Amino acid sequence: MELLAFGDTGWGDELFRATLMTIAVSVTAMITGFLFALIFTPLKLSKNKFLNFIANSYTTIIRGVPELLVIYLFFFGGTGAVMFVASIFGYNEYIEINAFITGAFAIGIISGAYSTEVFRGAIQSIDKGQFEAANVLGLNKFGKFFKIILPQTLRLAIPNLSNVWQITLKDTSLISVTGLVEIMRQSYIAAGSTRDPLFFYSFAAVLYLLLTFVSMKLINRLEVKYSRGY
Amino acid sequence: MDLELMINSFPKLLNAAVITLKLLSVSLIIGLFIGLFFAILRLNKNIFINRFAYGYSYVFRGTPLLVQIFIIYFGLGQIEYLRSTVLWVILKEPYWCAIIAFALNTGAYTSEILRSAFQTIKPGIIEAGKSLGISNKVIFYKIQIPIAIRQSLPAYGNEIILMMKGTSLASTVTIMDLTGVAKYIISTTFKPIEVFIVAGGIYLFMTFIIHNVIKFLEKKYSFN
Repeated sequence: MELLAFGDTGWGDELFRATLMTIAVSVTAMITGFLFALIFTPLKLSKNKFLNFIANSYTTIIRGVPELLVIYLFFFGGTGAVMFVASIFGYNEYIEINAFITGAFAIGIISGAYSTEVFRGAIQSIDKGQFEAANVLGLNKFGKFFKIILPQTLRLAIPNLSNVWQITLKDTSLISVTGLVEIMRQSYIAAGSTRDPLFFYSFAAVLYLLLTFVSMKLINRLEVKYSRGY
Repeated sequence: MDLELMINSFPKLLNAAVITLKLLSVSLIIGLFIGLFFAILRLNKNIFINRFAYGYSYVFRGTPLLVQIFIIYFGLGQIEYLRSTVLWVILKEPYWCAIIAFALNTGAYTSEILRSAFQTIKPGIIEAGKSLGISNKVIFYKIQIPIAIRQSLPAYGNEIILMMKGTSLASTVTIMDLTGVAKYIISTTFKPIEVFIVAGGIYLFMTFIIHNVIKFLEKKYSFN
């Protein structure tokens, strides 16, 4: 137990901060994923073949290639890409990108591919009559989307989005390879310095279980909220 | 674009893909048995057996695969007692540690897939078997299991693809699989994009093959 003490003697406070970091990366990645979904879902539903092709390539490639490989691409390639863009503007010094940004962005792109599929499925399963009714009521595009389509999409999408959240949360453990100190990295450091890997990795597993358990409870509440009237 | 690097690294990555496929197939076969075993436990009416099986699948589905590999590879070696048993021959090899972790992980997901498949079998089919005087054991092996396998094919196909991506984590415990070799080439040449295209292409090709094999099986074993 003294291994988990707070302060200088134990790893309690370090692991607590690492847990907060995991939550922060997961939330940032999930939101980044939503932004990607916001761009690619309309492309997927569009009638234009070329736009379809772009969106399909995105989701197929990301969902068919291991997460770790995507993370390595951004970890090793991210700095080069940013420096290339900077050199166009005449800045030639070495730029180091923050591990948090690289990690959250890489996981966000992965999470976005899954979210895109979820939103596409949800919008496609909304009854055609709903769109027509909205037109008949004379709602403008804005009102149609926010008052009629979005609430129904959310109801259908939330159970699947909760799966995406679980995947995203677990994927953040892979960012530890880039050196960002989240649960997995902190456990690795603690295990290395105390020579007690069994305890620390098991404790990391407990932390992840706790995170998934609590977030499932919260999402269930959302689900109830959005299925009012059904 | 460094085309020469892409061409040169292709055979190396292809060789590494063989290791990925080996890891995948061995852990899927072991995982299928584990999954079937726990799916049957889940259908048991005894609450303790039932809870135990649920706990297993909850823990392995709720934690990242990376943690599971690290516990088995770094953690179990710490137990003095284990080092003195025959098990140590297996547990000191990163290859087998990875396979144990993958098999336990995919076993948890497979048990969920199979359980829901068993539960969707119409009672009428089992009753029909009973009325023909077939014993419970034969009903289970000759009627319930084949139907459950057919029902779970689409979900299991997804699980195979997820597991194939999961095998990339073997590279974290020093196994030179497709991702391991890709990382090695990237870190020595600093050409991430080229290597990503080749390695990613091989992964996508494997995904494509698995996807189509499952589709073929689905058609072959469809009820109509």
